[in-house]
Amino acid sequence: MNDAGNEVNRQARIRTGSLEKSPMHIVICIKQVPDSAQIRVHPVTNTIMRQGVPTIINPYDLFALEEALKLRDVHGGEVTVLTMGPPMAEDSLRKALGYGADRAVLLTDRYFAGSDTLATSFALSQAIAKIGETFGRPDIVFTGKQTIDGDTAQVGPGIAKRLNLSQLTYVAKIASIDLKTREIEVARRAEGGTQLLKSRLPCLITMLEDTNEIRRGSLQQALCAARSQVVKWTAADAGIDDLTRCGLRGSPTVVKRVFAPTARAESAAQIDTAEKGLQDIADELIADILTRRPALEHELAFNSGT
Amino acid sequence: MSTASQATPRLAPGRAGVKKELPDRFKDYRHVWVFLELERGNVHPVSFELLGEGRKLADKLEVQLAGVVLGPPGEMVEDAVAEAFAYGADLVYIVDAPPLADYRNEPFAKALTDLVNTHKPEILLLGATTLGRDLAGSVATTLQTGLTADCTELDVDSDGSLAATRPTFGGSLLCTIYTLNYRPQMATVRPRVMPMPQRVDKPVGRVMRHKLSLVEDDIVTKVLGFLPDNQSAMANLAYADVVVAGGLGLGAAENLQLVKNLARAIGAEHGCSRPLVQKGWMPADRQIGQTGKTIRPKLYIAAGISGAIQHRVGVEGADLIVAINTDPNAPIFEFAHLGIVTDAIRFLPALTEAFTRRLSPHSRDKLAS
Repeated sequence: MNDAGNEVNRQARIRTGSLEKSPMHIVICIKQVPDSAQIRVHPVTNTIMRQGVPTIINPYDLFALEEALKLRDVHGGEVTVLTMGPPMAEDSLRKALGYGADRAVLLTDRYFAGSDTLATSFALSQAIAKIGETFGRPDIVFTGKQTIDGDTAQVGPGIAKRLNLSQLTYVAKIASIDLKTREIEVARRAEGGTQLLKSRLPCLITMLEDTNEIRRGSLQQALCAARSQVVKWTAADAGIDDLTRCGLRGSPTVVKRVFAPTARAESAAQIDTAEKGLQDIADELIADILTRRPALEHELAFNSGT
Repeated sequence: MSTASQATPRLAPGRAGVKKELPDRFKDYRHVWVFLELERGNVHPVSFELLGEGRKLADKLEVQLAGVVLGPPGEMVEDAVAEAFAYGADLVYIVDAPPLADYRNEPFAKALTDLVNTHKPEILLLGATTLGRDLAGSVATTLQTGLTADCTELDVDSDGSLAATRPTFGGSLLCTIYTLNYRPQMATVRPRVMPMPQRVDKPVGRVMRHKLSLVEDDIVTKVLGFLPDNQSAMANLAYADVVVAGGLGLGAAENLQLVKNLARAIGAEHGCSRPLVQKGWMPADRQIGQTGKTIRPKLYIAAGISGAIQHRVGVEGADLIVAINTDPNAPIFEFAHLGIVTDAIRFLPALTEAFTRRLSPHSRDKLAS
């Protein structure tokens, strides 16, 4: 799995002692997503035009990846990055290797097509269990807070439940990890404040955005990433024998209809700007606003200028 | 019940036009449940919004609406129960136990899963807050049922199945999702997406109390502390009456000052569209849209925002939407009430000045008298 370069890194970490004393293993799940800034909808058919849309690693996952790499910096060990997707999702794994991950696993099989969040968390948790058997049991599984294409934030909790990991979502900060007592303390974003939690390894962490900044991989890592093998597993390779729990068949939710929203009966009343000064247009706009909503004048007046 | 209606029993729910029958083990799943989220002693407003929505679904299905309250024994839970009835619940399920004092996934997921398995609701709604999302994801996994996140519209089909509509593909389209062969049908809805229903004082009705089948020693995760947010520093976008927001049309991060200036002049909160957060021009708590805050202000002014669906669903509840954009074909003009095709960078200072003139202390005095 590791090519020569990554092996050198690993040996170095073993020599510094961290890997021997505390061989921490972190698995991070990432997803390759279309760059949403560049998605276009076909004006006539209202379908997504996927062709030519560049893909990126789900931006939320990068906070999880960086956190995993930071923990490896401190505690030693290995970071395995996992994704489920079509063969081309290998690109995102190579990027992750370029940032410094030690190993990449691509879970790819046509049986996974059409997975909803329940089927996805099933496949990923099976693969994580297999990674555990093959490369060592993970102490922490990371995911991003959510993806930018699905936005559900459900797969992380699903994995935690299936693998019986302590579930720590929306983590803003990992305050401490004690590998001897297996205790972990985190700050977690909650409604109206920050929760300070103490829990135990193994755990699943979904990392909050803006909590760190992804490092620039070294040139050596970039070279390694280009050369290293990505482990490719089919459903069978990952030890999944019940294919009815995968893909469309394993998904309780069914998408019945995809559609573009209808425009309101009337589109916006346009304020004519031709041959008028900006101040006049502004006055006209305000007059129009207050004609439509007279009560606003009081509200704006008494809240303004403070 | 008349004999006629007994002769034609209600259709097995959840078929969505599909001829296959619901598995036998789910046939007795009935009624609509809303999870009431307790937040530091108060019920999160999203729970009331969901009770309003749940009421409509329950009435259509001709079933009962139940509230679910999980918390520590005492006043906090009893108050929440009273509120559940005031906002339309027919009955309330309670699990009250000391380990439910602060939110943690383990005891809450256990309590809710056990309740569902005991009483078998057909629909279960939760708020898409950090708590609701954390809880819903693990409960749905344990129950092996479908969960549709961040719905913007909920309805019941002619055959009684839940039609949950949400934005998809990063918010560029909408899709309607069904959970056909599993129960309960679970969905989360973000705060402010549904209107707040009227509160009506009502006597406390039927209450079903259950024990938590866990004790503190069984729970791995412990709460060490809680740091409340500094409320004054936090954006209170979701509940603001007037909001001004900027988008990519502003061209540069420094031009956001123009949005802030206008907001200050009219006592508004300021926000932005998603790309600006992705560019790092504004913090995430100022983002308006599907993945940010949903707002329902009396007046919303969008400057240089094109109006992608993921933004649209976050602002559609506004009473009056004013859009400023250079592109006459920008989608925002399809759902704004008032539009101006012009460059927001040049127009915002003029608008700020005009508002300031109109709302000067002198005219304020006039209004007050």
